[in-house]
Amino acid sequence: MADVIKKATRESYGEALAELGAEYPQLVVLDADLSKSTKTDVFKKKFPERFINCGIAEANMMSIAAGLSSTGMIPFASSFAMFAAGRAFEQVRNSIGYPHLNVKIGATHAGISVGEDGATHQCCEDIALMRSIPGMVILNPADHVEAKAAVRAAVEYNGPVYLRFGRLAVPVFNDPETYKFEIGKGVTLRDGNDVTIIATGLMVWEAIKAADQLKEQGIHARVINIHTIKPFDKELVVKAAKETGVVVTVEEHSVIGGLGEAVSSAICEEGVACGVVKIGVQDRFGVSGPAVEVLKAFGLDSENVVSVVKDAMKKFKA
Amino acid sequence: MNPDVVKQLSIHAYQIRKGAVTAVFSAKSGHPGGSLSVADILTYLYFHEMNIDPANPHMEDRDRFVLSKGHCAPALYATLAERGYFSKDELTGLRHYGKLLQGHPDMKTIPGVDMSTGSLGQGVSTACGIALSTKLRNKDYRVYSVLGDGEIEEGQVWEAAMFASHYKLDNLCIFVDNNGLQIDGPISTVCSPEPIPDKFKAFGFHVIEINAHDYNEIEAAVEEAKKTKGQPTAIIAHSVKGKGVSFMENNPAWHGAAPNAEQYEQAMKDLDGHLAELEG
Repeated sequence: MADVIKKATRESYGEALAELGAEYPQLVVLDADLSKSTKTDVFKKKFPERFINCGIAEANMMSIAAGLSSTGMIPFASSFAMFAAGRAFEQVRNSIGYPHLNVKIGATHAGISVGEDGATHQCCEDIALMRSIPGMVILNPADHVEAKAAVRAAVEYNGPVYLRFGRLAVPVFNDPETYKFEIGKGVTLRDGNDVTIIATGLMVWEAIKAADQLKEQGIHARVINIHTIKPFDKELVVKAAKETGVVVTVEEHSVIGGLGEAVSSAICEEGVACGVVKIGVQDRFGVSGPAVEVLKAFGLDSENVVSVVKDAMKKFKA
Repeated sequence: MNPDVVKQLSIHAYQIRKGAVTAVFSAKSGHPGGSLSVADILTYLYFHEMNIDPANPHMEDRDRFVLSKGHCAPALYATLAERGYFSKDELTGLRHYGKLLQGHPDMKTIPGVDMSTGSLGQGVSTACGIALSTKLRNKDYRVYSVLGDGEIEEGQVWEAAMFASHYKLDNLCIFVDNNGLQIDGPISTVCSPEPIPDKFKAFGFHVIEINAHDYNEIEAAVEEAKKTKGQPTAIIAHSVKGKGVSFMENNPAWHGAAPNAEQYEQAMKDLDGHLAELEG
């Protein structure tokens, strides 16, 4: 694993926009004075006439995007997750969600892996907020390959899409030659029938590492990547719950309103007897520090996943 | 403007006022005061100015209208009905379950509504987005939007104003329906947005002040806006809240209240009186 390439999914976002800009003349990119951080500056360099800087005014940016899309353009409105989903929530709901306009929201710097900037910028509520908007598609890619594919899928889909990207460089584990992305379809990355680890976004790699460590200890964990939080792949999740009896969810987001709750609901609604343990941000704010240290402190690393899986198996499979 | 045209527009405006008040009466809720104050501006735009086709509401290069003060939907709906986008019978279904006309404008289902609005401050931003798109695609249609004078207390309005000026959206013309009243009372006492013209000037707008009920002044301002290059135009339209219904005029109580049967009868009597005067 030493030679694995690392790349932040926000970089993938910028690259994908620059590529897609050539194919889609109606694609425009909006930013709120963060283009160097969100990486939309990659697009700006290539298509300056289709890059709209809105200044530090995210609420206005979302409604501007709605107006642009009402005339047939495909706007990507970009900011940090905290401001895209948080500050501008009501604009996203009323200007974009209610009229179901074809606006894509590119939200970078999601979760606590923002690191040093600390709690004010570590958005762990965006998935919960966006899930509550009817008709909103939520994509949370795990690596560079998946992130680029997700941006393409968002352009090809007609309707509002929230895309979640990270600041931290993370391993690229998907093969660009063979990887296929389909909105709403989870991906099984490891087979196993002892327990299921369901992860999303940057936590997918930690889940894979955890499964590999568990395998060495004789525990065969199934690993599912839920890159689309909404629409949710209920079928895949319920099948895994039935077949393995224990599910551990891993997300870089609050355990309230995120992946873990979507998984729990799906399993309960089908009456499957299956314990669910949620790894995520446990109803608390983030804190400053280097991303990897903060992730570890919050239990968002493979070592903690291994330990939680073993505890869950003891609790539910004894 | 030819006096016959003024007369014809005035007749439409009073029909629109009747439609708006009837809709609010049928709904037993809604916003008559601001609907009555904005009626002449809507009439001018929909019956004299905008390039639109009620038979083809999605016509590609039509002029666009965004009612940023979306709560005055009864006036917009009555205007669209008067212009032939849908039957006037729909007006009595306002706010009723299962009917066409939602409490606030819904672009997905209501013919002629160019943008869903209702949450104050957002409409004018979407109008900026439409105006920008027009420029990016080298089209030449114009974008109109009406804001309430209470609405401009929303910070987003000024984000939009900064944006419109920065991007030189000279195809954007906004009206501020300056009737001086908001729900809790006179705008000057609630949390004053005055001086309104100075604020828009400072934000880079070409500003024109008019009487919102004088078609000659509306026409002159709209024509001046069309000739203004390199900056957006804000028309501060001094209006009378509740215009045309004696007991509603200049009374903030009628911002968001429906008349009872007796009041409705009086309102229709007032409006019919104005119509009779015009047609007399």
